[in-house]
Amino acid sequence: MTTAADVAAVAPEAPAGTAARPAGPPGAPSSPPRGPWLLGVRHHGPGSARAVREALDAARPRAVLIEGPPEGDALLPLAADPGMRPPVALLAHVRDDPGRASFWPLAEFSPEWVAIRWALAHDAAVRFIDLPAAHSLAAREEPEESGQDGHGAVPGVEFDDRPEEDGGGSAALRVDPLAVLADAAGYDDPERWWEDVVEHRAAGESDAFAPFQAVADAMAALREEYGDAGHRHDLVREAHMRLQLRAANKEFGDDVAVVCGAWHVPALAGRPPALTADRALLKGLPKVKAELTWVPWTHRRLARRSGYGAGIDSPGWYGHLFDAADKPVVRWMTKAAGLLRDEDRPVSSAHVIEAVRLAEALAVMRGRPLAGLTETTDAIRAVMCEGSDVPLSLVHDRLVVGDVLGEVPEGAPAVPLQRDLTRQQRTLRLTAEAAVRELDLDLRKDTDAARSRLLHRLRLLGVGWGEPAVSRGSTGTFREGWRLRWEPELSVKVAEAGIWGTTVLAAATAKAQSQAVSAKALADITALAERCLLAELPDALPVVMRCLADRAALDSDVGHLAQALPALARTLRYGDVRGTGTAALTDVAAGLAERICVGLPPACTGLDAEGAAEMRGHLDAVHTVTALLDRPAGERGGDSSAALRARWAHVLGKLAGRDSVAGVIRGRAVRLLLDDGRLDEEETARLMGLALSPGNPPADAAAWVEGFAGGASGSGMLLIHDQRLLGLVDAWLTEVAPDAFTDVLPLLRRTFSAYEAGVRRTLGELVRRGPAGPAGGGPRAGTEAAAPGFGPALDPARADAVLPILHLLLGIDQEDAPTEATTP
Amino acid sequence: MTTPAIDSTDADGTADTAGPAGVGMPPEAPEALRPHAEDAFAEELKALAAADDRPRPARWRLSPWAVATYLLGGTLPDGTVITPKYVGPRRIVEVAVTTLATDRALLLLGVPGTAKTWVSEHLAAAVSGDSTLLVQGTAGTPEEAIRYGWNYAQLLAHGPSREALVPSPVMRAMAEGMTARVEELTRIPADVQDTLITILSEKTLPIPELGQECQAVSGFNLIATANDRDRGVNDLSSALRRRFNTVVLPLPATPEDEVDIVSRRVEQLGRSLDLPGGAEAVDEIRRVVTVFRELRSGVTEDGRTKLKSPSGTLSTAEAISVVTGGLALASHFGDGVLRPGDVAAGILGAVVRDPAADRVIWQEYLETVVRERDGWKDFYRACREVTA
Repeated sequence: MTTAADVAAVAPEAPAGTAARPAGPPGAPSSPPRGPWLLGVRHHGPGSARAVREALDAARPRAVLIEGPPEGDALLPLAADPGMRPPVALLAHVRDDPGRASFWPLAEFSPEWVAIRWALAHDAAVRFIDLPAAHSLAAREEPEESGQDGHGAVPGVEFDDRPEEDGGGSAALRVDPLAVLADAAGYDDPERWWEDVVEHRAAGESDAFAPFQAVADAMAALREEYGDAGHRHDLVREAHMRLQLRAANKEFGDDVAVVCGAWHVPALAGRPPALTADRALLKGLPKVKAELTWVPWTHRRLARRSGYGAGIDSPGWYGHLFDAADKPVVRWMTKAAGLLRDEDRPVSSAHVIEAVRLAEALAVMRGRPLAGLTETTDAIRAVMCEGSDVPLSLVHDRLVVGDVLGEVPEGAPAVPLQRDLTRQQRTLRLTAEAAVRELDLDLRKDTDAARSRLLHRLRLLGVGWGEPAVSRGSTGTFREGWRLRWEPELSVKVAEAGIWGTTVLAAATAKAQSQAVSAKALADITALAERCLLAELPDALPVVMRCLADRAALDSDVGHLAQALPALARTLRYGDVRGTGTAALTDVAAGLAERICVGLPPACTGLDAEGAAEMRGHLDAVHTVTALLDRPAGERGGDSSAALRARWAHVLGKLAGRDSVAGVIRGRAVRLLLDDGRLDEEETARLMGLALSPGNPPADAAAWVEGFAGGASGSGMLLIHDQRLLGLVDAWLTEVAPDAFTDVLPLLRRTFSAYEAGVRRTLGELVRRGPAGPAGGGPRAGTEAAAPGFGPALDPARADAVLPILHLLLGIDQEDAPTEATTP
Repeated sequence: MTTPAIDSTDADGTADTAGPAGVGMPPEAPEALRPHAEDAFAEELKALAAADDRPRPARWRLSPWAVATYLLGGTLPDGTVITPKYVGPRRIVEVAVTTLATDRALLLLGVPGTAKTWVSEHLAAAVSGDSTLLVQGTAGTPEEAIRYGWNYAQLLAHGPSREALVPSPVMRAMAEGMTARVEELTRIPADVQDTLITILSEKTLPIPELGQECQAVSGFNLIATANDRDRGVNDLSSALRRRFNTVVLPLPATPEDEVDIVSRRVEQLGRSLDLPGGAEAVDEIRRVVTVFRELRSGVTEDGRTKLKSPSGTLSTAEAISVVTGGLALASHFGDGVLRPGDVAAGILGAVVRDPAADRVIWQEYLETVVRERDGWKDFYRACREVTA
């Protein structure tokens, strides 16, 4: 028997409610008006929810009818399941097209939810009476868009949803009935009016039905004035509700309560129009096959700005109003204080006291019956946050909106995401097998590309069906290797991912966007951008790029920027292969490079050995990337790419010449410039001589050598070929004082041991033969003294013999080929 | 640094469209160069008091609602038009007024040029009918300025007595249940600031020399103003801080407001300095204001690009001095026309306060934002020149 526990969970306040109305229905002082009881509510209104509970306790109806799709009736018992925790949403979707879907979100403080739980706990029949989802989904003109913000039937703040629902068009015709009422009462914000008049009404009022009667009267007056207010679809829905109500009346007599949006109450009250008229309205409606299930929901998604728009922007506050037994403002302030304390802000009880006082004084001054969210927020800002909006945003994020995540019991039908996945698996001929299966994809083929996209999207959603593996055949960028393995728990993951969307594409997009917004480190976002391109989520990319640009702009650690850049460049390359638009990406990458150029020189000073080594790695990475970045940019605007390269060279030059920069970085900068041909050998030798001059501490000089000659493979060749540089190193080494020599030895060993064996041997032989450097003097002296096994100079005849082959390789005509092509 | 010039008489009183600069024109001034708020707007205060039927806290001249109306402007039932004194978010004024009705003091924070002093003066005038109980905070403000001093002739002649005691404005406000004002609270040395703690929490001022104390009468409260971005100020101790409710006065909301404020002030200053130009400099002023606003807010005006903010305050007041300096440069060393080169150095000086970090921020801004912008080439070049 779970029901008893549920009653307590649903109605923590029940004793208080019944205390106000002693002895239940028969002995109630003012006996409740006869049914059917029409309880007009504001969707997601905690005051309405509370009032509904009181009214139901007083009326004890045998049946509760709720605004919602009747197909959901079968799912209603799940609401009593202990595994069900609001916020949840009733999701209806077209069977073969999960992208067309509607959500009916229900929070703990939703009047509908309260009514459902009440009915289940009291063994009353409970039914949905709105137009079937089969019709409302079929009537959808723009399935994709309106699927997200829910149709008129969605229990959002009904009247507020309307204008958004249709976008442009007849928006002016649509009258907002609440705004009219609020305006008449002198309020500029209809929500606040509703809050003051209905939601904040004092608990324990004498008549549980009085507020509903008042709201019904007001709505009746409004509907007399405005008719259907331009919501033509409503007439059909209301016709259906009336038919359902009639059916319920037949079955249960008048012991029926209806919980619906206040706007619909007048349509259900009084003498109904002829049965045939209602039937006629419902005749011939378009129909689709609809399926329903429960999905977990979040507070954040209940908030208006997240796009799902059930229509309230302060679910946390509403939840608090509903939960708090008494003194909602005091409890709220205490919560806020606790939150701020957790963030190490000094907030004392005195602050709480003052904040409560200020909020209440503000409410009095603004003529409101009770301090609302606006007043409490103003008070928290002025008292606890010292006027600053920064900690306040924390309060807004964590408390006003809140992080509550709903749960759905396992018995709930499969989410549409699972169906979409199954469908795609079928079309792509990828079966979910428990056995490991290697998959080698050729991205130039459409099917393979689609498979790769699906697997990447699933990975983004945390459904690790496929793991990237090294491609067996080729290393080309159009090859992709995967290792597939379907484990049973992946089904659970798919169900969990269901909150992100109804199709794999939509869900992956939503998840990527949310990850981008919440990502902490810059490198995380670049990695995400990479995955977005791989999974081909064009809609997510702008958001990711925005976050990336913002994070890059605010990150003052050049290291982070430099880490992010290579991934971005890699992404650009993938983008090219898959033919995705990467213009935005190029811009962001260029911006990143720009920032690195500005920030690098100051960041390279005053580093210890470890930091310098790390920075040197960044230097290499960025250098490679600037070359990569040039190509795509060069096609569109050669100007800016050349500028970037020039700027980078300028930065390297600056680093090379600045004494306060660590030796390893200076050496590396010189080397990079030399390799790019931006520094001639003359100048290189001068800089090396400078760095290795006796005035410099030996350790610093050794670091310079490491930066210059160490690291990447092939760096040793330079010393073999330019013997003047080798001579400089040699001369310096021989002059290092004996005690300092042991200090520099590890560095040198690290530098030279990285060379290939052949290079090492040649170098050794060169050194053994004695210095050819300073003594030899004069330009090109080094090339004259030959290595063992080589002639003293180039053999022109043998060199010329190579030329035709070289020309062939490079595709140059023999005539206009440059003559010095063989010099190195 | 208020700019009391816009003579707008908003009938509906919803004056939150323009920037938050203090506004309102005093009517025909008597002898004084600048009459006190309570004198300049005596008529409005009287009309408000007559029309005001809401409950008033003890010793308040007006109800909180009427005080808010006095500051934000509106029309009374009898047709009297109340000019808006402060153009800015209504919420801010409401919180400020309500705070004065509680037992916490009010701290107005903001960078220079956000009408802190102006608001505090008018609040005091409307609440207590007297805006003169004022302590000007400086680095040299002594304890006596907040507590009490002695008339030494009396002290020597008759010994310590109440007659020999010279009360500070704060002490007088306590005794009479009025609103006291402390300007530039954070400039006052920390030990002197802390004198306020007892006054604000115990609402009493002991006079140990006489074995007496001065207890605050209900109606007493205190408005302090402080600059929240300047360096080198004495931060409030947290003990003192928590005696205050803080209201941050925002900077001008839109670029137009700020351009307006800057060009008006530049013109005034230019006249007194005998500098030519002004009208044709509007483009350059707009540019300076744009640079300041963008760096201050950390995002470009089009909202597309985020930026790092430098450590300087970049207040409207500084924009004014940059433009004035540029004008002086142009008129004395140039042809009298304000050009990018004339303001570049000034901007650099205002932005780069911390030579290491701010310079990087400035260069980033130059390279990522200024360089790409249409029509800003000259400015970019001029800035590069002075920055290098």
